[in-house]
Amino acid sequence: MTNPVPSPVLVEMKAVNKHYGALHVLQDINLQVAKGEVVVVIGPSGSGKSTLCRTINRLETIDDGSITIEGKELPKEGKELANLRADVGMVFQSFNLFAHKTILENVTLGPIKVKGVSKSDAEKQALALLERVGVGHQAAKLPAQLSGGQQQRVAIARALAMKPKVMLFDEPTSALDPEMINEVLDVMVELAKEGMTMVVVTHEMGFARKAADRVVFMADGQIVEESTPNEFFTNPQSVRAKDFLSKILTN
Amino acid sequence: MNVLIDNREVFLSGFKNTGILFVFSAFFALILGTIVAGMRVSPAPAMRAAGTIYVNAVRNTPLTLILAFFALGYPRLGLPHLDYMFAAIVGLSLYTATYVSEAIRSGINTVSVGQSEAARAIGLTFMQTLSLIVLPQAFRSVVPPLFSVFIALLKNTTVAAGFGVVEAGGIRATLSDLGEPLLPGLLWVALIFVVLVLGILTPLQRYLEKKWRVAR
Ligand SMILES: Nc1ncnc2c1ncn2[C@@H]1O[C@H](COP(=O)(O)OP(=O)(O)O)[C@@H](O)[C@H]1O
Ligand SMILES: [Mg+2]
Repeated sequence: MTNPVPSPVLVEMKAVNKHYGALHVLQDINLQVAKGEVVVVIGPSGSGKSTLCRTINRLETIDDGSITIEGKELPKEGKELANLRADVGMVFQSFNLFAHKTILENVTLGPIKVKGVSKSDAEKQALALLERVGVGHQAAKLPAQLSGGQQQRVAIARALAMKPKVMLFDEPTSALDPEMINEVLDVMVELAKEGMTMVVVTHEMGFARKAADRVVFMADGQIVEESTPNEFFTNPQSVRAKDFLSKILTN
Repeated sequence: MNVLIDNREVFLSGFKNTGILFVFSAFFALILGTIVAGMRVSPAPAMRAAGTIYVNAVRNTPLTLILAFFALGYPRLGLPHLDYMFAAIVGLSLYTATYVSEAIRSGINTVSVGQSEAARAIGLTFMQTLSLIVLPQAFRSVVPPLFSVFIALLKNTTVAAGFGVVEAGGIRATLSDLGEPLLPGLLWVALIFVVLVLGILTPLQRYLEKKWRVAR
């Protein structure tokens, strides 16, 4: 799993801190994600995984420290921030497809409104993406008419349509019925194989083993452990990681 | 019935002015109210503050005072002259916009934050997120309260009568000048208002609710 030639750093978090009132939700976070790397973030509920993920496209602001993408500090606001977000795809636990727009419109909206792509080009590209995630024949439907697994695959297509440099996934399969989890994970594994840079918050060990280059274990706002999936799942170092793994393995 | 037929000119011109006041004020109040609602959910603190101050100041001022300002106070400021009709439309619009804004803001709050987060995540700006994603979904739940606001506006147009605009609320005064019996005239005015609400506004509300429900 080690790269013979080190890839350039794409996302870098340096000494990042964030509080929610008295709660120190991110504590001195340092994290580098190389181009093409797939990093799985794992840890107990409330440990700050979502918050970490959301700071990378500035859906959450940080108190101090720095976050850079391709060496550039995240813009604070306005058009530049919007442009940065266009380069960072995000997939949410609850899909968040635009409820009043068709599946096709969900995927074409960003390219048309943010990138100025023509409607016909955007639709052609969107249909190809929908085909690729296996929901091509649903293009004319509204999100509510699709199953959760289908909606999440559309959400991935919507993010991909922006041709992002990095994709963030925040527990993309946690809201799904068990029988739909794999159809979404399969799409993500494909993406990983194609070289997409990904930060994935998930407890799906199968995905981590199959696709991740690195596992980052978080607890109480801190990164407690970082290693390869195999190393992490078979030989965790910290007490907290051992404790956590024993819990998810027995469930 | 005689009161109505004998004085149809009075009724017609009164309700024509009511119609003009209503349509223009509703139009401007809808636009201004939407803008103010947008300001109140804006990420910029100064915008939020300006929107909040406007709504609280104007909404808590009696409409008669606002119209009195335009009819009596404004002409003394040495600014360009406004005719009564125009001034009444400005006053009614400014006043009604605060209620429109509150109705729309409560509609915005019914749209889940996930919708605007997803919009921002693909790179839409605040204005695009609001106009393309949030407002179209908010308008659906806003239809019923918005129509309450517009029905109130229709009735509020009668307040303008006190300030020189001859609209339906002034018909009674005109009739009494003409020596017509008062009560029948008043009842006719009231009845026509009910017909306007039940005959035009309520069906329009039902139509919009239905149309937007299907689209969900
Ligand atoms: N907007 C917020 N305001 C206040 N506290 C929050 C907010 N979002 C999350 N938190 C708190 O921050 C902690 C970390 O949350 P989160 O990042 O969602 O954890 P995880 O994704 O690991 O479950 C939790 O204790 C949560 O209650
Ligand atoms: Mg979470």
